[in-house]
Amino acid sequence: MSIEAFITGAYDTEVGHLPDSSCMQLHTESALGAIKDAGLTPQDIDGVLCAYSFTEPHLMLASVFCEQIGIHPNFSSATQVGGATAAIMLMQAAALVKSGQCEHVLIVTGDNRLSGMSRDGAVAALAEVGHPQFERPFGISVPAAYALVAQKYMHEYDVTSEQLAAIAVEHRRHAGRHPKAHKQEPITIDDVLNSRIIASPLHLLDCCLISDGGAALVVSAGSPSRPSPSAVQVLGVGQGHTHEHIVAAPSLTDYGCRQSSQNAFQMAGMTPKDIDVALIYDSFTITLLVELESIGFFKRGEAGPAALEGALGLDGILPCNTHGGLLSYGHSGAAGGMFHAVEAVQQLRGNVGVRQVKNAKTAFVHGDGGILSAHCSVILGGT
Amino acid sequence: MKKPEVTPTKETKEFWSGCQKEVLKYQYCNTCNTSQLIPGPVCKKCQSDDLKWAQSKGKGTILSFTEVHRAPTPAFREDAPYFIALIDMDEGFRLMTNIKRDAHTQPFIGQPVTIVFTQQGEQKIPLAQLE
Repeated sequence: MSIEAFITGAYDTEVGHLPDSSCMQLHTESALGAIKDAGLTPQDIDGVLCAYSFTEPHLMLASVFCEQIGIHPNFSSATQVGGATAAIMLMQAAALVKSGQCEHVLIVTGDNRLSGMSRDGAVAALAEVGHPQFERPFGISVPAAYALVAQKYMHEYDVTSEQLAAIAVEHRRHAGRHPKAHKQEPITIDDVLNSRIIASPLHLLDCCLISDGGAALVVSAGSPSRPSPSAVQVLGVGQGHTHEHIVAAPSLTDYGCRQSSQNAFQMAGMTPKDIDVALIYDSFTITLLVELESIGFFKRGEAGPAALEGALGLDGILPCNTHGGLLSYGHSGAAGGMFHAVEAVQQLRGNVGVRQVKNAKTAFVHGDGGILSAHCSVILGGT
Repeated sequence: MKKPEVTPTKETKEFWSGCQKEVLKYQYCNTCNTSQLIPGPVCKKCQSDDLKWAQSKGKGTILSFTEVHRAPTPAFREDAPYFIALIDMDEGFRLMTNIKRDAHTQPFIGQPVTIVFTQQGEQKIPLAQLE
């Protein structure tokens, strides 16, 4: 009998401006919450995966975390792949339990990068992902790098700023149904188009938030049966990597999300049509649009018009980022991608109230690190 | 706060010392004859370490561009708004540069450019001049 991987615990903290929070406090609350949600105790955890922090950076963050909460796992490691980190840790946790090396792996993330370092500080720190010699001397920022993607992609596939704005508007509509979302007041397409330009063609409201918050998951071995009715199975996983720096990207229109999703769909024996709810990395409106078309949820040039027609809404053909995503729910570093995963679990458990996707049985979770550089796709299945 | 200083490495010092003399150099693979997008320790296509340098004619086209209004650090804030472009050079390598601008500068994708140089701190760095 093969061992299967199941998400048995999920938890996320409050998100937004949390002046009393700290990185380790957010880690601890998330971890203990997820462990309790799984019906376990901290001593049951035999594997720990942590990400990274801007406010409490450390060479060995997972060891620091284990020390702080007093656990001594058989496996512990920190992972840094930008926005792909959460999905990659989920893929790694599934591998650890499926191989029999661990029984219960805790994945934990959190950062207080809004209150702990200021928005300017976070923007400057993020710009350091630019190449030190071939990008940063020219004033590159993460939004500017994605703007280079946007300008080219819009040129190639006739994407309009209005279509990108429709993505931001739909995310805000989703966030309005989530009581914890960082930004909930509705916005219009005109609000997006009239917000100040950050790096053309991207406006302020095309860009994700900077938030405080944390989130954690517990991935458990199931051998072979589902450990509990609320457990969510990891059905398929995949990664794709093409570059780190945008100056070295082999293409400005074709990225590793195509490979990562193909691998995940193949493992799960599914196609994009089989997905009930999608939770896809949305650092910028253009990020999501490129991913939707590269993964195959829409043909090239069709995601924008579809977004305008409400395809990504709760009753659309592909309900997407039903918590509001990085654009409106919140973005706290590696926890940003974890919020997508936590929302997927909650949708598949069927207990998210007014934002519930009807009969959601399958979810597609996707993370993107760098400038569409590193990708990881995970397909989840509920009961 | 100053703009980031360029610190050349073993793989890039030929490029940056060329820039100091206003000579644009690029790296190519002597095994498979492919130009490297940016310099590195081996050929990114065939992993050969038989890499050579050649002098570029300095002509290329705009692959993409953006006008940055929100600068990442105070050092760039006084320049904003400023253009950043990705330039596909005729010899097959790639540069990220700023674009030399006046009040009417409006670049477009596919536009031909010539690379000139501008002093930034201790280092001359490439700059795209629209044709």
